[in-house]
Amino acid sequence: MKALTLAATTLIAASAAAADTPILTVYAGDYFTSEWGPGPIIEKEFEAICDCDLVFSTGDLLPRLLLEGKRIEADVVMGLTSDVTAKARATGLLAPHGQDNSALTLPIEWSDETFLPFNYGHTAFMYDTTRMETPPASFDDLINLPDDVRIVIQDPRTSISGLALALWVEAIYGDQAQETWAKLAPKILTVTKDWSSSYGMFTEGEADMVLSYTTSPAYHMFAEEDFTKKAALFSDGHYFMTETVAKVSSTDVPELADTFLTYVMSEAFQKMIPAANWSLPSALAQDQWPEGWSELPLPEKVLFYDETEAVALRDKAVEAWRVGLSQ
Amino acid sequence: MAAILVVAVVLAAGVGIASRIETALSFGTGDWAAVRFTVWQSFLSSMFSVVLAIPVARALARRQFFGRGLLVTLLGAPFILPVIVAVLGLLSVFGRNGWLNIVLASAGLPTLSIYGLQGVVLAHVFFNLPLATRLLLQGWQTIPAERFRLAAQLHLTPWAFFRVIEWPLIRQILPGVAALIFVICLTSFAVALTLGGGPKATTLELAIYQAFRFDFDLGRAALLSLAQLALAGGAALVALGVIPTISVGGGLDRPQQRWDGVSRVQRRSDMVVITIASGFLLLPLFAIVLRGLIGIPQLPQTVWTAAGASLCVAGMSILVLGFLAVPMAGWIASKPTGSVEAIGLLGLSASPLMIGTGWFILINPVMNPASLALPVTALVNALMALPFCLRILVPRLRDTLRDYGRLSATLGVQGWPLWRWVILPRLAPQIGFAAGLTGALSAGDLGVITLFADADRATLPLQMYRLMGAYRMEAAAGAALLLLIMALGIFWVCDWIGRRYAAS
Repeated sequence: MKALTLAATTLIAASAAAADTPILTVYAGDYFTSEWGPGPIIEKEFEAICDCDLVFSTGDLLPRLLLEGKRIEADVVMGLTSDVTAKARATGLLAPHGQDNSALTLPIEWSDETFLPFNYGHTAFMYDTTRMETPPASFDDLINLPDDVRIVIQDPRTSISGLALALWVEAIYGDQAQETWAKLAPKILTVTKDWSSSYGMFTEGEADMVLSYTTSPAYHMFAEEDFTKKAALFSDGHYFMTETVAKVSSTDVPELADTFLTYVMSEAFQKMIPAANWSLPSALAQDQWPEGWSELPLPEKVLFYDETEAVALRDKAVEAWRVGLSQ
Repeated sequence: MAAILVVAVVLAAGVGIASRIETALSFGTGDWAAVRFTVWQSFLSSMFSVVLAIPVARALARRQFFGRGLLVTLLGAPFILPVIVAVLGLLSVFGRNGWLNIVLASAGLPTLSIYGLQGVVLAHVFFNLPLATRLLLQGWQTIPAERFRLAAQLHLTPWAFFRVIEWPLIRQILPGVAALIFVICLTSFAVALTLGGGPKATTLELAIYQAFRFDFDLGRAALLSLAQLALAGGAALVALGVIPTISVGGGLDRPQQRWDGVSRVQRRSDMVVITIASGFLLLPLFAIVLRGLIGIPQLPQTVWTAAGASLCVAGMSILVLGFLAVPMAGWIASKPTGSVEAIGLLGLSASPLMIGTGWFILINPVMNPASLALPVTALVNALMALPFCLRILVPRLRDTLRDYGRLSATLGVQGWPLWRWVILPRLAPQIGFAAGLTGALSAGDLGVITLFADADRATLPLQMYRLMGAYRMEAAAGAALLLLIMALGIFWVCDWIGRRYAAS
């Protein structure tokens, strides 16, 4: 009961504040607003320029959007990845972002009028230089690693990064995807539900390689001064991933939402994103990246399916994964 | 009343989901494989857990040694650990580079792989052996002291002693425990997937998770949830149907004194059993403590706040459960068969995701679900804990009613006085155990909160996952240790109060 009363009091207090300053409600992914996510910095910086109250509401983004439907309370939705935007778009809840896509500095062409990327990265396999001297330089190399190397990956049915891996294999091998998975199977130590469990197994030394991102070494480099955790770069290319921000059409503060989108494209936001989010900025030339970041090794070739292709290929790619690894 | 409430909560969630079904329903080949694997691993896990629990409980029941109380409390720990923490703990011991394999390798022996069906069963036994042991141990402790004295006077051989005194007790307790563990394992998915080594170890719950969270295919989710409910319900009915209605008999509530099991062979074998079981259960916990110690100083303020929220949820769950489980147990115990208890298992086999999502759909038109996050979490957690509590409470309550019911009826003691003077004093240790388990389980549960949570209403397990998501693995290990200490603390306090009340 105490919590109920507390919740009610918070609600009342929140609505009382609404009378004075406008509120911008932003739905964001769960990791966003913890003090280790970019949320707190965004809130502080944006409130300094908007004369408003930015309120983050976190949770499972896509299910929440679909569950709430027209009752959505958000003005802006932040954190939908490019692989699930099709479903979010189909709700009809989102409006054009109105920003200039040509200002983006992504390694791929981006012309979406609804979803505006605010960061990016690529899937990659991480290794530890103290345990592996020569990392694989291509996907074929990965398959042909010595027999005792063990890799931990995420399940494409329950995790975004796992799904990106399935699409990555699809992009490189196409109809040979299932065969590739079968060849890789002896090296797959196990499959986990989410990225965190996999990564934990890697840092604990249980697995030699882990499916993660090209930006993961940055955390170890800048936050821990540990230069032994690296991403193996493949000549076949790496699967591109981006998180986007979108405006909700039913917003009662459309100008404020626009101001927020403009802020996302601003230098201040873009310069903050790398260290706050451990990902690359979506609209900032490489020579302006924060110190040290341009030294982060990045792939030369980038693979990507837009949302229509991703939706069409998804079931096939996941089934190839499932059958290939089940043999 | 309480039973109706459980059914209502599950049904309401079902209605909420049904109102949003848009697609046609189908059951693919992958799903059938998932059903087969789910049933098979649950069956193996529950069988191993209960069969191995018999010697452990037997040894613990007849031995007194330094640290026994602490050991029995610690036995509650694996059960309440968040999945990911337990998995990493198990891997430190049984993993590819775990302690066991290091020992094996240095002895020149071939190393063992945990990944596969053996790993799934090992993990589930790790979680559930302690539960089965505790439930059996409680049974042993309800054997009247006079039985042991009589058995000693008759010079029963160990075999005769087992057959006449212990076996009837086991037969009465074990089927229910097996059903309970079967249902717990039925809904497991992250453990099964990680230790099962890949997509071969796909369970129904994974498919449900995928349908809810990833595909947002509510029709499919509902269909799969229904299949899971049917499996759990079937298992419950089979198990509860074979429980014989025999009583171990009433006594004068004297403290137990054991004259059996004093031979050297028995003492040795008990020692071996207790050592192996403790090693198996405590080494992974020790690994968790080791990993966590480095992380504790790194814990930020928000983690401590989240710990407060978790305590709050635990408290609420215990209260909800008190009103739900005790009356329900009373009702079940007064009936000859346990079909009502099957309803309790429904709450457990209904995926928390399904209940959470269903309630989200229902609450959403009325108010912001986030403001109800903690109460809903507490309610769902209490529902999850209900079957455990019924398993703990019912056998003892049934015996009490059978042994003292007629006398009480003759004396005209009924209603509240019956509870106050006859039932509650005898049930106190069980109520304490049940409350402790609920509280601890609730504190460690991630479950439905992820769908509802706001930044400032995070629970400790959620905050731990956020730390992991932000690469802070060491701090996350610290949070896990904090969670372990907190859950054990709740468990110990409730258990202790119950035993104190019973002793006075």
